[in-house]
Amino acid sequence: MQSNAQKRPLGLQIAIYTFAGLWLLMAAFPFVWTVWGSFKVELDFFSIADWTYAITGERTKAEYGRPFTGAGYEGAWIKEEFWRNAINTFIVCFFVVCTSLTIGTLGGYALSRSAYKYTFFLLITALIFRAMPPVTLVAGYMLPFFEWNLWGILPTTIIVLVAINQPFTLWMLHSFFQSIPKELDESAKVDGCTQFQAFRNVIIPVMWPGVITTGLFSFLLAYNDFAVTSMLLAEENRTMVPQIAAFLGTTYTEGNVMFAVSAVVSATVPLFILVMFFQRQIVSGLVAGAVKG
Amino acid sequence: MRHSTFFWFFLPTALAMLLFIAFPIVSVVMQSVFAPHPAVLVEVETCTPLSGCQRETTIDQEATRALREAEPLGRFVGLDIFTDRGHLATSEIKAIWANSSTWNEVFQRLGNLPFYRAMMFTLVFTFIVTPFVILLGLLIALTVNALNARLKGLVIFFSLLPFVITPLIGALVLFWMIDSRGVLGSSIQWIFSDPNLSLKASTGLMWFSLILYGVWHAAPFAFVIFYAGLQTLPKDQIEAAQIDGATRLQQVRYVVVPHLMPLVTFVALIQLMDNFRVFEPIVGFNAAAHAQSLSWFIFNDLGGETRQLSSASASSVLTIIGVAILLSPVLVRTWRDFKGKA
Repeated sequence: MQSNAQKRPLGLQIAIYTFAGLWLLMAAFPFVWTVWGSFKVELDFFSIADWTYAITGERTKAEYGRPFTGAGYEGAWIKEEFWRNAINTFIVCFFVVCTSLTIGTLGGYALSRSAYKYTFFLLITALIFRAMPPVTLVAGYMLPFFEWNLWGILPTTIIVLVAINQPFTLWMLHSFFQSIPKELDESAKVDGCTQFQAFRNVIIPVMWPGVITTGLFSFLLAYNDFAVTSMLLAEENRTMVPQIAAFLGTTYTEGNVMFAVSAVVSATVPLFILVMFFQRQIVSGLVAGAVKG
Repeated sequence: MRHSTFFWFFLPTALAMLLFIAFPIVSVVMQSVFAPHPAVLVEVETCTPLSGCQRETTIDQEATRALREAEPLGRFVGLDIFTDRGHLATSEIKAIWANSSTWNEVFQRLGNLPFYRAMMFTLVFTFIVTPFVILLGLLIALTVNALNARLKGLVIFFSLLPFVITPLIGALVLFWMIDSRGVLGSSIQWIFSDPNLSLKASTGLMWFSLILYGVWHAAPFAFVIFYAGLQTLPKDQIEAAQIDGATRLQQVRYVVVPHLMPLVTFVALIQLMDNFRVFEPIVGFNAAAHAQSLSWFIFNDLGGETRQLSSASASSVLTIIGVAILLSPVLVRTWRDFKGKA
């Protein structure tokens, strides 16, 4: 029910819808444009002659007889074997999320249930670690990793990403566990459980919403990382993002920009699906961080 | 929770952070004060009966290897790497300070020193993007809050895309449009009727595009947080303001914004941290000729055939100090709050 005083004048109403439309365009248009263009040839996607070619695909028609072509995808996935990078990304993300949730849950739970002063200092240390650009750490990894022959392989990158993930995971799970009443595990302990049994039997069954939300952000961090993966992985073990960067180095000269474009679109698809199914969790995760932080 | 229980629960995560964050920091600091050993040179005199004796300088492989094994860190150089031309360039700074007549000239010459160039861009980027992100986020939140329920879901869905997108990919998607051959790039040339105006050629346009990318990427984050804050806005406060005859602008200024203030602080803090590490857009936009950030500077030293670990380490230490300075007000405040509570 809106009272007269709250009813908006027409001008404001129009302004609101115009601005919302503009923002929607700003947020979505680049993606729509790139997805559409990825099915064209390079001369259409980067059209000097006439920008409408990018929509109608004149050159693509001339070359392939149809206004759409999967040539870019074929080149990236089959010729350049982008599927290897996709598998690597999948492995890295899967293990990063699992490991960082396992150790982060234990740590976050401990932080939320301990009343001693050192929890504060641990959280502040985590905040400082969170603030540091990951690339500043990479110089410190290089020498030992080369020395012990750990450089270039997936497990090393996974464990590094887990560690870089920890500060954020700890903060998030810490605030989530604080919202679970202490009485739950206290009463389990009164009934004779050890702390770990209380955690396993009482807390684990109710922690999944928070863990899933945190897991989403861990996944995003692992999936989106470029600085660490590109410096620590050997060429044959590259994940998708450093591979796309590598495409840029080689393809600008070879005239195969469309490989990079279709690889970019391919790498966006999982994120798109993620937002589609987990929109609520992402939003609530961001908000939880803001309220507690 | 007892100390020992806490210890065992916290051990795995503590180990991970100790081994892969704390130790690397120590190692970076160490590397920044050691330089690699130069090759050991020996002078060898070779005498042949006909042409007489010749003195040659060659690399003594064995001695070099022995030296490198004896002191694997390299030779201790103190703060030399920090003060060299590639980093703080203290002697150059003194010269600039001594012979420049105007501030403009000082900045111009500072811009020629790579580290200061990177720092200038990083700071400009951080302190322009952050307020714009907050402003745009607030505007979107207020707008979306006024839409009807079905449209809200749609706008939130598409708004999340620029935020969750891989920074490198997001940067590329925008770059391909703003590039001189892309749809926006050619429009810009058409608007200014200047066919030579392109991202590759114009530093100003490049900085503008990078900042545009920064705002585009982070505004959804601010939006979501402010939007959630708007849902908890007490109705009676707005009604009281309306009864007192406040205009809409006044309601926003005096009721909504104060209510969101803690969230603004939070977003500002996160954005300062994140924008200070700006890196991927510079790779994506291929912008290194016009704009370099501190993170890119480090990355550039690390990459390639010659991994200049000492130089990268020194830049890393300086960057970490920068982050600490940026974060110090927050840390001081948290510390005071904590002491107040205890």
